[in-house]
Amino acid sequence: MMELSNLYDDFRNPDTIKAYASKITLLAKKLDREIGIMEVCGGHTHTIMKYGLPQLMPKNIDFIHGPGCPVCIMPKERIDHAYALAMQEDVILVTLGDMIKVPGSNESLQDARSKGADVRFVYSPLDTLKIALENPTKEVIFFAIGFETTTPMTAALLDLIIKKDIQNIKLHINHVTVPEVMTTLLVDSDNRSVKNRIDAFLGPSHVSVITGSKIYEPFALEYGKPVVVSGFEPVDVMQSIAMILEQLIENRSEVEIQYTRAVDRGGNKEAQKLIEKYFEKAPTFLWRGLGEVAHSSWKLKDVYNTYDAEVIYDAVLPKEQCMDHKLCLCGEILKGMAKPPQCTIFGKSCIPSNPIGSCMVSSEGACAAYYRYGNL
Amino acid sequence: MKKKTITLAQGNGGEENNELISKVFYKAFKNEILEQSEDAAVIHGGELAFSTDSFTVSPLFFAGADIGKLAVCGTCNDLAMMGAKPKYLTCSVIIEEGFELESLERIVESMQRELEINGAIVVSGDTKVVPRGSVDKIFINTTGIGEIIKKGISSNSITCDDVILVNRDIGCHGATIFVAREGMEMSSALESDCNSLYPQVKALLDANIAITAMRDATRGGAAAVLNEWAKQSDVCIEVEEEKIPVSDEVGGICEMLGFEATALANEGTFVLAVKKEDSDKAVEILKSFDVCAKASIIGSVTSMHPKKVILKSAWGTKRFLETPTGELLPRIC
Ligand code: SF4
Repeated sequence: MMELSNLYDDFRNPDTIKAYASKITLLAKKLDREIGIMEVCGGHTHTIMKYGLPQLMPKNIDFIHGPGCPVCIMPKERIDHAYALAMQEDVILVTLGDMIKVPGSNESLQDARSKGADVRFVYSPLDTLKIALENPTKEVIFFAIGFETTTPMTAALLDLIIKKDIQNIKLHINHVTVPEVMTTLLVDSDNRSVKNRIDAFLGPSHVSVITGSKIYEPFALEYGKPVVVSGFEPVDVMQSIAMILEQLIENRSEVEIQYTRAVDRGGNKEAQKLIEKYFEKAPTFLWRGLGEVAHSSWKLKDVYNTYDAEVIYDAVLPKEQCMDHKLCLCGEILKGMAKPPQCTIFGKSCIPSNPIGSCMVSSEGACAAYYRYGNL
Repeated sequence: MKKKTITLAQGNGGEENNELISKVFYKAFKNEILEQSEDAAVIHGGELAFSTDSFTVSPLFFAGADIGKLAVCGTCNDLAMMGAKPKYLTCSVIIEEGFELESLERIVESMQRELEINGAIVVSGDTKVVPRGSVDKIFINTTGIGEIIKKGISSNSITCDDVILVNRDIGCHGATIFVAREGMEMSSALESDCNSLYPQVKALLDANIAITAMRDATRGGAAAVLNEWAKQSDVCIEVEEEKIPVSDEVGGICEMLGFEATALANEGTFVLAVKKEDSDKAVEILKSFDVCAKASIIGSVTSMHPKKVILKSAWGTKRFLETPTGELLPRIC
């Protein structure tokens, strides 16, 4: 535990943070225009807001909060699936953290639980095994969510289920991928570039540990946007911003890694193999706030249908489309065209305990982070 | 219309909990004493403090304490927070059929030990046994009366002349219970802060420290207390993040699980509003207690943003510290 605190203390050192703040101010003066930097990952949104980093930025540097919060981007349709599964007799629905609070078209898993459904949250997908072994007469359904970070863990879970021949675990897969959705923020469906304020990307940390930084190369090469893969601590983010500004000043657009303590170009090959063994790209996935994005999610390969809760429970899963609230600005916020306080219901009818739109759902969403930390 | 049901989040000591209390209970029971929203009601012309609390915790025995110690500390601490000496307690117990007698004896012995520390006695009690499955092992309610030795302590009278202190490092109870419930293997140094606060309060009062308010930071943690105070006294509380004492163990757990120590429950940790001129002396007195080695001044009271709590970082940024929301750590006290 001591070591853990030593590890992060360095990356939250007030003097280092202040030194980077001065450096960024100097660099920003050389760019006599507004710069929008998108942090793709919700973990970064959380860090940026929790540590008050926008307060340290010069006026012409702006954070644009991206779509990288797996809970926030989950459409109501999928949450309705989880709800319907949880309400089945003799089913234990298992999922990760915040998912439990998010309302679907009607109610959340938390509400399902108060009505008698057995809903549990775990910190690691592998904890599902223990629940299944302790409840042999129940069907345990793991509602899998997350980006490339958690996908290999779900694959590892399936690997164990098959090896140990465990009959009572099924999977409902909602794993999404980062690059496709980043692309949709830059180009429209006809592949024309859209006008918005994203000048550069702060690349995700944990996702990149798995995928490697290579997945961002098209953004630097084809779209001319600098990408710096950053760690999660405030010093990491400050240093990455400085690196991005240097690229912009020198008219470079490259993929650089600030988070060298965990990320390289190739990523974790074992994890990638595990994903490819069990999953294939689904034709399309509906993102809350952004709509359908082609090839932006994983599904189980057909040969693993017998483990796929979406196939097995097809008859009980609701198929209705749900509309996002008409006042919700999430789509605009994600593109950097609006800030949470510009939404007329921000902090009024839309609050974390009663989220109307996706960005208010988990603490990694832009609206929730503003509500919690950015309110001063 | 769909029927509304009670969710676990409504018992979290945070925002949803407050809403349930005010919309259902305050609405029905409305009276002047209740509306003071103090830890304990001040009754009988300001001479007595009166408080009740029910306890359900899983597991029943955990690092640093058990449900029995918790049940006595909880009520006695509420009394102590009003400047009262805990005197008489009642004890009602609901036991699930099949509960082990030996465990019950351990719990009751631990209650008696804690009563002695407070100089209080149990003068009335009730025991019910219910069929298996009707309660989870054992629920304990204690109600207590204390004799107020210093009048006028109130969460409604904090002003800009006060500074804010905590008596020790925060979040130990919440972190301990969480770790125990999740069956995680963790550092053995982590244990609940569950403790009787009357001895610390007595030492402060004996030294004539000008205390404006005290509140034990149970469910909802220090963040909830500070927000309640800011609202009740219509002031702004500005806290310096690096001054809030957090142990390495608790800090590590927060880091791993994404909690904030200020939102974690405590059972032997309290926040004080003390007149500026007495604050250093108060810290010194608190530090004479072993468990309070990290007692510290954490903030000041201003008129910047009334009814709000501001958290200031060491690198010059600020944010509001809100009342915790959501289902934090269910059923821990
Ligand atoms: S405040 Fe709520 S409704 Fe408005 S944009 Fe954010 S999530 Fe959508």
